[in-house]
Amino acid sequence: MKPARRLRATRLSSREVLRLGGHGLRARPLRALLSALGIAIGIAAMTAVVGISTSSRARLDRQLDALGTNLLTAGPGSTLFGAPAKLPADAVGMVGRIDGVESVSAIGSVRGAKVYRTDLIPRAESGGIGTYAALTNLPVTAGATVAAGTWLNDATARYPVVVLGVRAADRLGIGEPGPDQQIWLGGRWFTVIGILDPVPLAPELDLGALIGWSAASSYLNFDGLPTTIYTRTDPNRVAAVRDLLARTANPAQPNEVEVSRPSDALTARAAVNVAFTGLLLGVGGVALLVGGIGIANTMVISVLERRGEIGLRRALGATRGQIRIQFLAESLLMSGLGGGAGVLLGSAVTAAYASLQGWPTVVPAWFVGGAAAAALLIGALAGLYPALRAARLPPTEALATT
Amino acid sequence: MRPAAEPIVTLRGVGREYPGGVIALRDVDLDIGHGELVAIVGPSGSGKSTLLHIIGTLARPSAGSVTVDGFDVAELSDNGLSALRATRIGFVFQLFYLAAGVSAVENVADGLLYTGAGLRERRARAVRALERVGLGHRLTHRPHELSGGEKQRTAIARAVVGEPALLLADEPTGALDSRSAESLMRLLADLHQDGTTIVVITHDREVAAHLPRQVSMLDGRVVGDRTES
Repeated sequence: MKPARRLRATRLSSREVLRLGGHGLRARPLRALLSALGIAIGIAAMTAVVGISTSSRARLDRQLDALGTNLLTAGPGSTLFGAPAKLPADAVGMVGRIDGVESVSAIGSVRGAKVYRTDLIPRAESGGIGTYAALTNLPVTAGATVAAGTWLNDATARYPVVVLGVRAADRLGIGEPGPDQQIWLGGRWFTVIGILDPVPLAPELDLGALIGWSAASSYLNFDGLPTTIYTRTDPNRVAAVRDLLARTANPAQPNEVEVSRPSDALTARAAVNVAFTGLLLGVGGVALLVGGIGIANTMVISVLERRGEIGLRRALGATRGQIRIQFLAESLLMSGLGGGAGVLLGSAVTAAYASLQGWPTVVPAWFVGGAAAAALLIGALAGLYPALRAARLPPTEALATT
Repeated sequence: MRPAAEPIVTLRGVGREYPGGVIALRDVDLDIGHGELVAIVGPSGSGKSTLLHIIGTLARPSAGSVTVDGFDVAELSDNGLSALRATRIGFVFQLFYLAAGVSAVENVADGLLYTGAGLRERRARAVRALERVGLGHRLTHRPHELSGGEKQRTAIARAVVGEPALLLADEPTGALDSRSAESLMRLLADLHQDGTTIVVITHDREVAAHLPRQVSMLDGRVVGDRTES
């Protein structure tokens, strides 16, 4: 009696395997849902962290695009002996002659001119507001815009009028400029004619009271020396201008000039955020790991509970490999669904947060791909041991449980 | 009539010993011919379940040889045995083992899953098998919506949907009331009439008495083999 035909076990198509895995999940939907939830929370947390930090970065890039990275500032540092240095009075003119400088402006700190809401405020409560003499082309160069009222012009620069930075106006409690809005500045009344928007590249202006250069000289004994020179340069020549700036602003003592590029400070702040993002990602990773353990736990219990089904399937002709792949598919399906839900949830959180902040919503594609891969990897790892156990179970033993 | 010209199952000197020295079967010789309806009867612990597992190739004997439908079990790999079960042997168990939350048709169609048939063909044949066992009106019902007798009929439909040469039933009436049990045995008799070889394991002598051939087991040995004339 020789076998006439060869026996060969058939292979299950991947669609059949997926269908089998789906049946397993549908038989206990609540348990599958809760197990997938662990993965979903981990992936959602990571997606939100990456999405929010990427969105904030996109906002910064957009802002830098708008503000420009070609603003350089020069100010007096300190002398070799540590005393405060000064810039020469003609520094602004000299800087303006550097090749590649498109515009130049300056402010000069008016020492001793304190700002008060009225003349009745005690002397000590100056609010930390600085008084600066400003050249009339300051807004163009520093990237400042007027929120309300007007900026100084050649005419008003000679009169006791003042434009307030946004925080200075806030501290003084002035919401609207106008002829009747007067503040007590350096021992006399100045009329508030304008309030600036926040100036991201020159935050010192936000807490400043800006008056005309000649008004400062005539009313407040201003020495006429600039304390910050703002220059806009040809975007391709920023480095070259930067090298020349100190020597040009103060040829006698170039070492006493402090040159900086304010957009660098914004970029540096973003870099600090990246470190923080790494920490939060780690927390998300732990959540993901816990989710994976949840799935492994569910699968181990599932294999114990479904010995009868395993025995039946072996009796119906399933090979060990087909049992193995069925349980693995179930685990992968659970983690895959959890991962997908997590990405959606995390993206929704990102979108909500970004729109609240007025940022563009960005969830990077590389991250979505990585998250899906991570979820599936965790599902595979979590399902591997239970699947091997299910496959190794002898059919008679699986059927013996009653 | 016994043994038929060409046996579908041949056991020679089959023994089965479990780790720890428990001997479940000793030196069993048995032939089951094509088209027979056989009861294997004996008290619990007599080795009849082990015998069914060995006939069904779910377990290998520790001694002796087993041939099923012309295939020597010892020569087949584990995957080969799986293929043998998928194409030639149908099983019915006392506890039905129906998948919860899945319709009767899907449950029965699963009986063909490992034969390589496509989903559409599996469903079409499952509908026919359910009609054959008298459940044509219960196609989309789920297991918890079926009575005990209907569940076992569904399980039988799953076992015969692939038209196996051999149907093995392990205490098929064990979980049923007497009326359901009676009608189930009539169904098995009908299937037998249509040409299926059927082996029924039972501890119930009354159930066995209705079948044309009774093999009695005690303490792992065949102690009687009676054919109604």
